[in-house]
Amino acid sequence: MHVIYSWLEHLPFTMFQFDFMKNAFLAILLIAPLFALLGTMAVNNKMAFFSDALGHSAFTGIGLGVLLGLDQPLISMLAFGIFLSLVITKVKAANMASSDTIISVFASASMALGIVILAGNGGFSKYSAYLVGDILTITTSDLMLLLVVLVIVYVVWALCYNQLLLVSINRSLAASRGVRVVLMENIFVVLVAVAVMVSIRAIGILMINSLLILPAAAARNVTKSARAYHWLTTIFGLLSGIVGLTVSYYGNTSGGATMVLAAAVLFLVTYPLGKRFR
Amino acid sequence: MQSHNHCGLCSITLKNIQVTSGQDILLDHINLQLHCGELTALIGKNGAGKTTLLKAILGERPYQGEIIYMDHNGMPVTKPKIGYVPQQMDFDRSTPIRVEDFMAAARGKAPVWWKISKKEKVEISNILEDMDCAYLAKRRLGALSGGELQRVLLALATHPVPDLLILDEPVSGVDMVGLDLFYHRVTQLRDRYHMAILLVSHDLSLIRRYADRVVLLDKTVIAQGDAEDVYQTDAFRSVFGYLEEKKESETCT
Repeated sequence: MHVIYSWLEHLPFTMFQFDFMKNAFLAILLIAPLFALLGTMAVNNKMAFFSDALGHSAFTGIGLGVLLGLDQPLISMLAFGIFLSLVITKVKAANMASSDTIISVFASASMALGIVILAGNGGFSKYSAYLVGDILTITTSDLMLLLVVLVIVYVVWALCYNQLLLVSINRSLAASRGVRVVLMENIFVVLVAVAVMVSIRAIGILMINSLLILPAAAARNVTKSARAYHWLTTIFGLLSGIVGLTVSYYGNTSGGATMVLAAAVLFLVTYPLGKRFR
Repeated sequence: MQSHNHCGLCSITLKNIQVTSGQDILLDHINLQLHCGELTALIGKNGAGKTTLLKAILGERPYQGEIIYMDHNGMPVTKPKIGYVPQQMDFDRSTPIRVEDFMAAARGKAPVWWKISKKEKVEISNILEDMDCAYLAKRRLGALSGGELQRVLLALATHPVPDLLILDEPVSGVDMVGLDLFYHRVTQLRDRYHMAILLVSHDLSLIRRYADRVVLLDKTVIAQGDAEDVYQTDAFRSVFGYLEEKKESETCT
């Protein structure tokens, strides 16, 4: 860690004189590729609304943590996020109602439940930091956790990406090639749930989904192949993260929100170029 | 590809297949034999359970009963290969995936976001060329026309040569010329590799022309045999009415 810190201090940016800025910068280097990988597939699968719902469900996860008297609500956030993602996937598969209705029901219910628990426990305002997040409070152990999650996602991506891609194109075709469709879908939603929950304190409940979806949405405007799509999404994620953090430091703005704005600018710039790649 | 010159005892037997959804019985007592080197057409009205049966065969839906694959020596095939050409591809058409990405992903080699090896690219090109469409390899999957997509899917479904090729309404959105060409290719494949083919279609006149056997489904098998025989049965008439009065060229839905 000291090696990385001293390397950052040598960079000609005044923001790196503070440890919290170094940690914030490193957090971005981990969160951006993590969200880039998952974001490409979430956009392929038209799951933007699903991941948004998952972010909002963090309220209940935090609430449960408070009820259980946990110091860190992360465990309950992870447990509830994984639980909810699997339940939504299961209910969606039953095909009783359209998927956006189902997701909306679960998102609203879990957000409302969380707010009821948190507000009932002596004022909601002390949890409002979770709404917009605070990347400047990231600690070294948070960074380690993010690193572990990133490594896990890369390993799963190396092993399962082709199968996930096939499922996203056509479930029956995937089944005909021996892919275990339901297992793959569950693996993906659990990965999204874990990635969202470990990053929420840095990015915030309101912003988390934008960071998952926007870089991938921008990259698909200007790419044709799966490979280019992946790497450009990663580059866009890193770019919007670093630009956002730098601007927020010098402009004294919210980190998460500034990153999302930077990603939105990338989307707006690439969108008109899209026709050339169609 | 290996060519099978004779099929011997090669067949696929569906024994007493039942599929349920909650309290509803979607399919019951399905007993069928699909022979190699034969194109079997599955017909029936909407909701008769055609797609459900395909999903059961693909392993996408749980079922009761048995599906037994035999090779031409009469030995059971433990890991049968199934080629599948889906009815429609309702994926997001703007997705940045090339045809070769899609093929490589389906063939299950190295993750395509990392790289596709040169050797694999050559193999994919050869597979596509079997259906005269190697030129599509670098095109975006979502930008293909209905006919082009069909050829890519058929090329993929027949490599490696499957024990059973399933075609689910494979020619929706393709013009008449493309339609004939498609079925011509399918019958060529049947003769060349002696594979068993199961086709779901609503086009009764095309089925009369190309299918070796016809199976009429309505929750269970209500008629089977060659097209002429099945089209004469009361069961067929109760589902589709009198075909004779509608002339050859007409299609029923």
